[in-house]
Amino acid sequence: MIQFKETSLAKVKEIIARYPSGKQKSALLPVLHLAQVEFGGWLDVPVMDYVAGLLQLEPIEVYEVASFYSMFNLKPVGKHLFEVCQTGPCMLNGSDDIIDYIKQKLNINVGETTSDGLFTLKTVECLGACGYAPMMQYGKTYKEHLTKAKVDAIIEECRAKNN
Amino acid sequence: MGRKLLLEKAHIEGIRHYDVYRKEGGYSSVEKALKMKPEEIVEEVKKSGLRGRGGAGFPTGMKWSFLAKPEGLPRYVVCNADESEPGTFKDRYLMEFIPHLLIEGMIVSSYALGSNNSYIYIRGEYDWITDILEEAIKEAHQNGWLGKNIHGSGFDCNIYVQRGAGAYICGEETALLESLEGKRGNPRIKPPFPAVKGLWGCPTVVNNVETLAAVVPIINNGGEAYAQIGVGKSTGTKLISACGNINKPGVYEIDMTISVEEFIYSEEYCGGIPNGKKLKACIPGGSSVPILPANLLLTTAKGEKRLMNYESLSDGGFATGSMMGSGGFIVLDEDQCIVRHTYTLARFYRHESCGQCSPCREGTGWMEKILLNIEKGKGKMSDIDLLWDIQRKIEGNTICPLGDAAAWPVAAAIRHFRDEFEWHVNNPEKCLTENYGLKHYADPIHVPA
Repeated sequence: MIQFKETSLAKVKEIIARYPSGKQKSALLPVLHLAQVEFGGWLDVPVMDYVAGLLQLEPIEVYEVASFYSMFNLKPVGKHLFEVCQTGPCMLNGSDDIIDYIKQKLNINVGETTSDGLFTLKTVECLGACGYAPMMQYGKTYKEHLTKAKVDAIIEECRAKNN
Repeated sequence: MGRKLLLEKAHIEGIRHYDVYRKEGGYSSVEKALKMKPEEIVEEVKKSGLRGRGGAGFPTGMKWSFLAKPEGLPRYVVCNADESEPGTFKDRYLMEFIPHLLIEGMIVSSYALGSNNSYIYIRGEYDWITDILEEAIKEAHQNGWLGKNIHGSGFDCNIYVQRGAGAYICGEETALLESLEGKRGNPRIKPPFPAVKGLWGCPTVVNNVETLAAVVPIINNGGEAYAQIGVGKSTGTKLISACGNINKPGVYEIDMTISVEEFIYSEEYCGGIPNGKKLKACIPGGSSVPILPANLLLTTAKGEKRLMNYESLSDGGFATGSMMGSGGFIVLDEDQCIVRHTYTLARFYRHESCGQCSPCREGTGWMEKILLNIEKGKGKMSDIDLLWDIQRKIEGNTICPLGDAAAWPVAAAIRHFRDEFEWHVNNPEKCLTENYGLKHYADPIHVPA
């Protein structure tokens, strides 16, 4: 059965209390973020149904929101998700080369996951790090001023975490 | 050296934390504001001439004065921290390094506008900054600047941070409100404006991070003192985030009197272009505003030096000028391809179109595909006119300004760099391995009717 752990349920309560009573739908984005972290990095339909029940919403209200925002993954992703920016300012600083390098290094295309389930590569549009380009989002933070050597180090670090 | 009002103390060690921030004079504007009447604060903001720093440049005091005050309905202040305009990363910098400045500005603004519960809507990717803001809010609570009866004033105020989830459109204020209500970020038809019917149907003011932070020096020093900095209707200071092909990318606070040339080439700011390359073009105010070739960037059509302020950057309209926009300053050197660069922006807008209005939903996809064709040497001469035609049919024909934002970069690229597009069509193989470079880049040519 899908169920948030106690601390997350307490967090959900705290989030709902930020809004006037009856406006708990406002908690949807924050709660989906929580759910994605807790339930394996993506939002499966039963997870979304669970969130709908928690917030007293129709499931469709959750699906239509989850499918609108690019940070919500509707398909499984690898343990380590690389989201590389490719918009103008990053392109000017060589993001295309970085994307090609990661593709070659992990032997996957954009949107794919390595066969060991460790890495997923996505391209994204501007993440607001234009002065520190090229960059990617990894976990909670950004990896900036990317070079091939830096990419190597990040991948090593991820692999080490897994051993 | 320009005067700094917002970032002056951003590099003091520990300024992110309350004790240091307070020791450096933090929260004095709240002390002052709580002794004033809310209307007096609105009046000071009006006097300051502060204009919205998110991109539109609308006078903040006027926006505040439109806020409806019907009996029995709460009012809301919402901070737009959904910074997503390509080239823009100034709000991130402010929130990351001096978060209490935003919290302080929001408390004063909330008091002025009568908002007991205010929200910061931050882009979802700024996850670690959300933590920083929440920590600052916690500290403000502990020290009595938030919560019930702030410092005995009788005014209650809470601030909450809400993360978005990756949607450029949520930077548009009505889409932001939809998102804050837990819905898809589809912009609303205006009127009614948020000032009358905003968050949960209540009167709401939505302001950018930098705008709300600027309220702090305005209240500390008075609106008139703020208005004396800068020039004309460009009062106070502006944060510029500079990126692209420059030696010193980063966030700079300027008092809008310096020239564009000084901003790009002086050591104090961008430090010139790497490897001795020449300047080809620049988008001075975030990806949506028109790109300008070097000559028109540095000098207006009248032959005057162009300055880094609202009036000068827009001098000449879209024919020969651009806009201050969000202050996202993107520099392109001589090796950059205008077609390729425009393509990445068109792809961005296609990706970020919410899909509500056909001209934007369909048009952005068409523009992206046509631009990619031209870039790959598969374009036809008629494609250039087709692009022009599509952007014209998007502009002004959508519910929200994303349509215009998608149309303008394409229009400006063709307006000023049509020869480069034609060269791609005429040299389908060469364009895959070579760049057009600087030829004719200075001429505003072939403006289609």
